[in-house]
Amino acid sequence: MTQISTDDVRYLAKLSSLQLEDDEVDTLRIDIESILDYVAQLGELDTSGVEPTYQVTDLENVWRDDSVNTYGVEREALLALSPAVDKKQIKVPKVL
Amino acid sequence: MSARENVERAIARAKEHESFHALLHLSEDAAIARADLIDAQESKGRLAGVPFIVKDNFLTTGEPTTAASTMLASFQAPVMATAVEKLEAEGAICIGKANLDAFAHGGSTENSAFGATKNAIDQTRVAGGSSGGSAVSVALNIVSFALGTDTGGSIRQPASFNGVVGVKPTYGMVSRYGVVAMASSTDVVGVLSDTVATSELVLDIIAGRDSKDMTTLPDFFAPLAESAPRKIGVIKEFMTDAVDTEVREKTESYIAALRERGHTVDEVSLPLTKYALAVYYIVVPAEVSSNLARYDGIRYGARAEEATSLDSLYGLSRDKGFMPENKRRIMIGSYVLSSGFFDAYYLQAQKVRTLLINDFNALFADYDVLVGPVAPTPAFKLGENTDDPIQMYLSDSMTVPASLAGLPALSVPAGKTGSGLPVGVQLIGQRQSDAMLLALAREGGA
Repeated sequence: MTQISTDDVRYLAKLSSLQLEDDEVDTLRIDIESILDYVAQLGELDTSGVEPTYQVTDLENVWRDDSVNTYGVEREALLALSPAVDKKQIKVPKVL
Repeated sequence: MSARENVERAIARAKEHESFHALLHLSEDAAIARADLIDAQESKGRLAGVPFIVKDNFLTTGEPTTAASTMLASFQAPVMATAVEKLEAEGAICIGKANLDAFAHGGSTENSAFGATKNAIDQTRVAGGSSGGSAVSVALNIVSFALGTDTGGSIRQPASFNGVVGVKPTYGMVSRYGVVAMASSTDVVGVLSDTVATSELVLDIIAGRDSKDMTTLPDFFAPLAESAPRKIGVIKEFMTDAVDTEVREKTESYIAALRERGHTVDEVSLPLTKYALAVYYIVVPAEVSSNLARYDGIRYGARAEEATSLDSLYGLSRDKGFMPENKRRIMIGSYVLSSGFFDAYYLQAQKVRTLLINDFNALFADYDVLVGPVAPTPAFKLGENTDDPIQMYLSDSMTVPASLAGLPALSVPAGKTGSGLPVGVQLIGQRQSDAMLLALAREGGA
């Protein structure tokens, strides 16, 4: 049985950039524990000598020309999507 | 009928059926304007004046693209998804955006931030998901086809639950440019439609290499005029007691009909079926945690204005913008990728994925097509599985194997249960055998 503590949940939330409400932590702890418990059954299988599969296309190193392509999207259109813009810069709270 | 008549009819039907909540957005004025334009054109495309609907995780310009999330509730896409662009180039008219589980995470469309879609046959039941709105739009005869995405069953399962055709193509067959990414190693764009022939026409238009999506394959899709006798294997692990009796009965009837039409049918084994769901719920959350890292409240999407530091801006924007299932998947992904657990979970899952693919390849040495149910049950009741993520995930147990292997798979209507609920049967083929699968399904009358 996989044991997950509320501290583990808070640590995972930090790794995931999620600032959870207190009442979310307990529910997520139970859910995450049951999901990890379910997927742990893969430990039953012997996979020694088996290569992992990360993708299924068989495509490798698909190249394109090293040139600028805006895909028809101008800078202004992208800036307009940001919630806070000032003088063509995206605004964020103070970092330092 | 003129394009305008077609579009007006579709819009009227959409409005009549608002109580199903299949659509998040209806583009009435724009669609009618486009219809008039097409009616005035001399040369007509292959889908001239045909209205369609797209799942709201496809980027379309001129209307919102929300992925059914609060994160993107007011997002206006700056580009058009390639699949939509190709359909419109043939004269098809997008009339609206369909509901889904937020970011396509779910199997019932109950995880939508804007409320669940209801099943087309029984409003007390789920639409299935995550392409629930697309499936219901087709089942209610609002449109003849809708675009969806399928990462682990998100086209096939709602198709089964609503009695329409659902096609998950070979991985890489259709461009994903302009589609909100969920799990990049299994995400595909596909079609939900009234008939197989409609899906074939749509796929013929949208398939092919796209310089904007480096994972696309050169176009190999060409619909076949007729089917031929095939060697068909029934996956016995898909026909256990865990599967609803009536679902098995419908599958058996479909198989009997295949035999009558002259196909050879044997029982076969896919022993790793039992483990496929566990592989899926490691690999997919891992990719989800990475793909959803981009939603940071800074460049686009909802921002928590009360945040006073950069960290709290990220943390609060994401906490508010994501649904509980999104958070579960992101955090599971962070767990299985974190140091100390990576080998036991993520690496082990990718190795078992190799074994599963080997099992499929061994079967395809002797068989052309594999058959089984799509989902273990017909559409379940709204709210029935929302408190237990594992129960909800089990609905995907027979659709995830083909996804992990990148195989084409269809959901074909196979009749109704005693209480009138549709049941779909699943046809799975080797990579790039999409046209053969569709011809076989069409031969069966779908």
